[in-house]
Amino acid sequence: MRTARLRSLAIAAACWLGAIDVLAQDSTQPPEPPAPPSELQVRDRPSDNGQALLISWAASADDAPDGSPRVLEYWIFRRELGQAEWGEKILDSPAGTTAKTDDQKIKVGTQYEYRIVAVGVNEGVSEPAELLGGVGSVRQWFNVQKAWFGILLVVICGAVVYFIEAARGGKDLKVRKIAGLEAVDEAVGRATELGRSVLFINGIQDINDIQTIAGLTVLGNVARRTAEYDATLEVPTSRSLVMTTARETVQAAYLSAGRPDAYNENNIYYLTDEQFGFVASVTGRMVREKYAACFYMGAFYAESLILAETGNSIGAIQVAGTAMPSQLPFFVAACDYTLIGEEFFAASAYLSGEPHQMGSLKGQDFGKVVGAVLLLLGCGAATLASMAGSSDGALASLAAYIRDYILGSKGLFP
Amino acid sequence: MKRTAPLLIAATVGFIIIVSTFIPYTESWGEDSMIWFDILAAVAFVLGGGNLLKMNLKKVSERRPGWAYSAIIIAAFLITLTVGLLKVGTHPNEVFWNKPWSGDYIGEGSALWWIYEYLIYPLTSTMFAMLAFYIASAAFRAFRAKNMEASLLLGTAFIVLLGRTYAAIILTGWLPELAHDAEPSFFGQLWNGLRLEKLTETIMGVFNLAGSRAINIGIALGIASTSLKVLLGIDRSYLGTGED
Repeated sequence: MRTARLRSLAIAAACWLGAIDVLAQDSTQPPEPPAPPSELQVRDRPSDNGQALLISWAASADDAPDGSPRVLEYWIFRRELGQAEWGEKILDSPAGTTAKTDDQKIKVGTQYEYRIVAVGVNEGVSEPAELLGGVGSVRQWFNVQKAWFGILLVVICGAVVYFIEAARGGKDLKVRKIAGLEAVDEAVGRATELGRSVLFINGIQDINDIQTIAGLTVLGNVARRTAEYDATLEVPTSRSLVMTTARETVQAAYLSAGRPDAYNENNIYYLTDEQFGFVASVTGRMVREKYAACFYMGAFYAESLILAETGNSIGAIQVAGTAMPSQLPFFVAACDYTLIGEEFFAASAYLSGEPHQMGSLKGQDFGKVVGAVLLLLGCGAATLASMAGSSDGALASLAAYIRDYILGSKGLFP
Repeated sequence: MKRTAPLLIAATVGFIIIVSTFIPYTESWGEDSMIWFDILAAVAFVLGGGNLLKMNLKKVSERRPGWAYSAIIIAAFLITLTVGLLKVGTHPNEVFWNKPWSGDYIGEGSALWWIYEYLIYPLTSTMFAMLAFYIASAAFRAFRAKNMEASLLLGTAFIVLLGRTYAAIILTGWLPELAHDAEPSFFGQLWNGLRLEKLTETIMGVFNLAGSRAINIGIALGIASTSLKVLLGIDRSYLGTGED
């Protein structure tokens, strides 16, 4: 009996000691680190200014998507060739990834060494995988990824220049009538008859926006008409540089119309850069002055409808032109005439009537032909490949090449 | 000379930006040119501010109709400029805590922040909110079925409007949906395609997208052509008279 009690006490003591030992092990020993990643590779990022290196590696054996998550992330270290210390990690990448771009202050001409470790729970760090010996970035001379974009640009711009030269040489070019531009005379004439002013808004973007430039060329033509008809032209602007340029343009138009005395620079004025502040001021003036004609030519955003609806409410004849697709429906709904996208850019050539400017329109048409050919080829190839049920045949490859290389940014050759 | 110099500057900078798109080596040149523009625009802002003051002061002094608005503009302009330049009410930053002017000019609690937060934001929001009423009035006018085209537009708009709301489910929810596990029959596809939400998807994803892309292609070509005319000096209308 006594022996049995001693035995049970000994067993209980042994269990307690074992448990304490296990607990002691848990609290003092770090968890087992995950297996290291391998095959660390670093190469220069192509088609750049030498600002980045591409890092890739094979995942740790413990980085299995279906297993227990023993790897939480990877830490990447970098040092310049010849340095002894690795220092702090420069990048981290979550588990499951095997590539990362290092664009952290890479210097062209400097050689770097890399190290990667897998990090598990409680920051248990694996053995490192290293790339020693040095790898550096190179400054490229040509961005191959944009090769097709460059080719298309040269072809289309070449066509524009060719047709301009052809027009200068006397070639007869026919351009369809654009109702919105034909209406300029009508609008200015109406303002003259009513004895009221003409309002011209050149968008709300600065002079570095091509739509503002296109709007200014239309302004020149509108100003010439107002000078000829002796109507008053008012141009509020939301950018100082646009105001200065608009003054030059209008002054030139009045001079060419033989009416320099009628030019009043105070009618071209700056209001504010603030979008809705500008709109509030302009619409207030529209209601008070009751302009007979309103022109909106340039880049517009949410203010387009506020302006056009106010113009509509005062009974003005309105002509708008913009290359902002999201604002076109508003102008179409509220204005009498709208120049849609390319018509707006064609306006200056159309209104000037100069043959060499007309040539540029033919160049644009050539660009459309190129676009249409690519569209037909791509759509045709994709449709036929789909009908044939092949995803890797010649037709599918052609469709993919057009999509990814010619219209995409994958470069020149697969 | 007054026209030639700007033309040369515009052409040079324009071609630099084009070149920097294709040659990574010259990337920084393009970025630098854009910084020059920002500097120029900042300087030109003085010109704009000066013009604003001049115009409104003239209006006030001549007591022209609406001169009171001009007086408000002048007062608002000068107050905002002064509190911004003098950093009125800003708190020093943590690094230079003993320098009263070291704080952010628009930091929370400053006078300029207050003007933005309690005057400019509410005012601009009010203007933006008015857009809803303008959309309603424009839609009413655009959707009047005066002719065939307007009727088509009205019908399409009506489908899209319903398709984007729960009304689509209430009105056409009874039409059978496509079964995921079986090859769809012709009529199955037809009935499914007639559900208002599916019709809306088709209108927006096929007809609307095709039209929008066509417009975008035209715009891209127009931009290329116009830019080229400006860079080559074929279109000089924005350069003025050339007289000094």
